[in-house]
This record gives sequence, structure tokens and C-alpha cells, in this order.
Amino acid sequence: MPDIWDVVIGMEVHVQPRTRTKMFCGCAVGDVNDPPNSHVCEVCLGLPGVLPVINKAAVEACLKTALALNCEIPRHTKFDRKNYMYPDLPKGYQISQYDLPMSKNGYLEVGGRRVRIRRVHLEEDTGKLVHAGDKLHKAWESYVDLNRAGVPLMEIVSEPDLHSADEARDYAMELRTLLRAIGASEADMEKGQLRAEPNISIRRAGSSELGVKTEIKNINSFRALHRAIIYEVDRQSQVLESGGEVVQETRGWSEDEQRTFSQRSKEFAEDYRYFPEPDLPPLELDRAWIDELKSALPELPSVRRARLLDQLPAGQVAIIGADRELADLYESAVAKGAQALPTANWIVNEVAPSGKLLDAQNLAELMRLLAAGSITRDQAREAYFEAVETGRTPAEIVAEHGYSQVSDASELRVLAEAVIDANPKAAADYRAGRKQAMQALMADLRKRAPQANPKVATEVLLQLLA
Amino acid sequence: MPLSKDQVRHVAMLARIGLEPGDEEFYAEQLSGILEHIDRLQQVDTEAIPPTAQVVEVAATLRDDEPRPGLDQAEALANAPAAVDGFFRVPSIQEEA
Repeated sequence: MPDIWDVVIGMEVHVQPRTRTKMFCGCAVGDVNDPPNSHVCEVCLGLPGVLPVINKAAVEACLKTALALNCEIPRHTKFDRKNYMYPDLPKGYQISQYDLPMSKNGYLEVGGRRVRIRRVHLEEDTGKLVHAGDKLHKAWESYVDLNRAGVPLMEIVSEPDLHSADEARDYAMELRTLLRAIGASEADMEKGQLRAEPNISIRRAGSSELGVKTEIKNINSFRALHRAIIYEVDRQSQVLESGGEVVQETRGWSEDEQRTFSQRSKEFAEDYRYFPEPDLPPLELDRAWIDELKSALPELPSVRRARLLDQLPAGQVAIIGADRELADLYESAVAKGAQALPTANWIVNEVAPSGKLLDAQNLAELMRLLAAGSITRDQAREAYFEAVETGRTPAEIVAEHGYSQVSDASELRVLAEAVIDANPKAAADYRAGRKQAMQALMADLRKRAPQANPKVATEVLLQLLA
Repeated sequence: MPLSKDQVRHVAMLARIGLEPGDEEFYAEQLSGILEHIDRLQQVDTEAIPPTAQVVEVAATLRDDEPRPGLDQAEALANAPAAVDGFFRVPSIQEEA
């Protein structure tokens, strides 16, 4: 991308709040793998004569999110009908919010910068369409599953304050961290619980006039979000540099082809004819309830991250501070006597990649065994995962396997001499100045004696080869 | 101001209503009558009246987040013109790439 273009990105993020039931009826929020049309009722099927009733938990999750995003919450809010005809929308309209949303004018701190939040409102999800048929004979048809129809959604709309693919991805990731920290949503992108739709425009560097924007849909991962924005900025700059004009439109992201494509069609004409939802009276937001929700908010990720930075290097904080479960585990284990940095490193290297969490008490115990030199790191790793699988304590597992670490230099000297005898070439290479030959010698030593303390064994080998 | 035929066709398309030849004039006249009536209402001085989305003076009630039984799959599909493997079946709405 040439430097002559400034990139302007705003984000619309749809988030499924953590609720047991749908937005306006008592149907359970199902799982993606449930049979089609197994979580439906007269209300979410849009049968005649039914009335919606607002889910309190969805309102609560939306208010918590709005508060955590520093939004203003009005005294009155209302729902509106957004009218359009599509088979995934059985009523022929979506209940959403138009001019009196649940909240507005907030911000989220991302990487030390404020991204302004225009509004956070509540609406309902649509059903799922599966397209099938015979391409050759153009005998296509679509199958409709309405399990998702009526599932609550929060829509979080940012101002166009983002200026690169990196910033947009970081914003979406920070939002996920925040939503999980306050318990408003599980925000799992793979399950469609968090959907990011960037709107992107470019303008001549230094210009204050906004360019024509395009909106991208179908993005199902942070990586796809990043790539789609890079692709789209590149596409728009090519269009403009070749003398063309960017068309305001919705574009889809194709994961297979790694490109965006036009979804323009008459069917999607934006003419939603919003009007106040006649089946729902306006909603009054009780100040006492909002104050209660505000005071019950947990420590927000930005505050926690700042606190962790007092104890740990930035690299570790970036990983631990992005995940409430990891941060809780770290802080609890340290509170139970584990050393800060080794515990943080353990979480970064073993816990985060595997996603397997041991309870803090047992992690602290394992870290003590490791710090005391009673077991090797490899043994600690095995004990960790066995403890996660079996629920037994690391001390029991270490005792049962007879894990121990040999740190006695005279004992290791006998072993090291045997290793040198068995690997004359590697020993000669090392003596000839090829330092990397030490790796082969250490590998053989650890094969013969997994319980050997690697640090002491290396020292003994170095002495013998000197 | 009467509605144009184009406006009638646009509204019909949005509502997925098929029009027969001559329908445009018929509906243009009817819909224009409704709009004229609304225009007359617009002349009322509402300066001192707060915007009103609802005429009933009640606030919405909230429902506890407790699942309730709905319809099973067979019941849900009972009135569907066509169904396949538990899905409603509809004519193609595949978007062109």
C-alpha cells in the first residue's frame, strides 16, 4: 500500500450475550450442532398473534458492556422494526434499535489510544441458511434453520477511529478480552458469538474529507479480519489510482480465495423503513439497577494489565492480560506462594498454548517443586498435564513416577564421561570450536538420564571437554 | 403529492408483492390518499408535545432468562410448504458472487 493514502476504519461488532434463552421468547439458545429447528416456538417463528417479551439477562449483559465501554445510558430506550424480506427472517422484520439505543458515546482504550464507541444496542439474530442444489442445472434451493432466529445480539458500533488492519484487529481482540472479563459474552468467533464487520475507506494523506466506504461481512477470525482489511485497502487504492471510483457497497470476504467480492444486489437495497416496534412498550432503565451493575463490574482488563505490568515484562502481560482465566490463574497461584516470573513463563509456554488449566493451588505446588530443583522441567510438564487429566495433585504424581532431579555433580560426571565416550565425533567437534555439538551431547545425556539437572549436566560436560 | 408508478413498484418489491398490469395506478391512488392524510396530521402544532412512540402509558416488562418448552421440530415444520431433513425448504436465494 503506498503511503499517499490514509486508511479510515469503523467497526460494527455483533456479540451474542451470555444468556440461556432468546431475546424475545423462552426458547433455549442452542448449540451449533443441535438438529435444525429444534429450538423454536411460535414467537421466533413469527406465527400470527404472538407477542415478544424482553429477556432481562440480555438487557443486563448489554448494560454491563455499555458501562465497561464508558457509554452514556439514557433513562428511556425503545425497540424498532427493521423491515426486509429474507428467508432467514421469519417475521419479515428484525426487532432492533434505531434512534433510542440502549447506550451511546463511549470509548475503549486500545494500545494506549481511545477508540470512540458510537453506540451499543440490542437486537435479535436471524436464522441460518444452507444453500444446496445442482449447479449444472441451476436448480438451487435453500434450507432454513431457525434455531438462531431470535438469539440476542449486542451491536457495538465504533466511530471511524481506526487507521490500519493492525489497529482494527487489536480493537476487536481488546473487545473480546473485555466482554469475557465482565462475563457479558463468551465471544467465541468460531462459534459466531463475535462477528466483526469493518467499514473501510481511504483518502489522500492529509485530506480531511472522508472517502467512499465499503463494508465487509463474513469474517470469522481475527486473522481473516486483518487480511480482509489489507486486501480491501489495496483494492480501493488500485481503483482510485487507476482513475476509478469506489462504489459504496457491502462486500463479502472469501476465506478460500482470500479476497473480498461485491454483494451488491437489488435484494439488499437499504430501505429498511424503521418504525417503533408496536408490540413492545418503551423500556425504562432504572437508575438503581444501573448503579448496581456498575458497582458489580469486575476489574477491567486495562486496569488489570497496568497492575500486571508492575510485576512482569510486557511480553508476558500481553498474553496473560488478554485472558481472564489465565490472569486469574496467575494471580491466584502467586497469592498461594508461587514465584511471579517462573509462574508467568509457565502460563505463557505451557498453559496458554494447550488451553489446559490446572487449579491455582496445584500449579503453585508444581512451581514450588520446580523452583526447589526436585524435578526437571520435562518432568514438571508431564506432571502438569497428568494432573489436569486425572485431577490428582502434582506431588502425588511426582512421588508415584519417582520423578526426581539429579543435581549431584559427581553422579553426573560418571554419566557425562559415558556420553563423551559414546559420541567421539561430537566431542571432537566441540573441542574443535563447533559449539553447537554440545546439543547432540546433551540430547544423548538426557536420553540416558531424563532426571539429570540440565544446567548442572551442561556444566559438567563443559568441564570435561575443556 | 401523488406517488409515482416507480415508487409503487419499489414498495411492492420491498414487500415482495407481485403487481398485475394496471395495479400501479390503483395503488398509487390509494397510497397517495394515505400519505395526504398523514400530511394533514403533520400540520398539527406539536411543539409542546414530547415525541411519542407508544400511546399506552406502560413501560416494558422484562422476562427472567428461564428456558421454556417451544415447538418440536415436527410441529415447527407442520405448516411449511416444503421441508427437508428438518429444514424449511425455500426457493434459491443464493447471492451472486
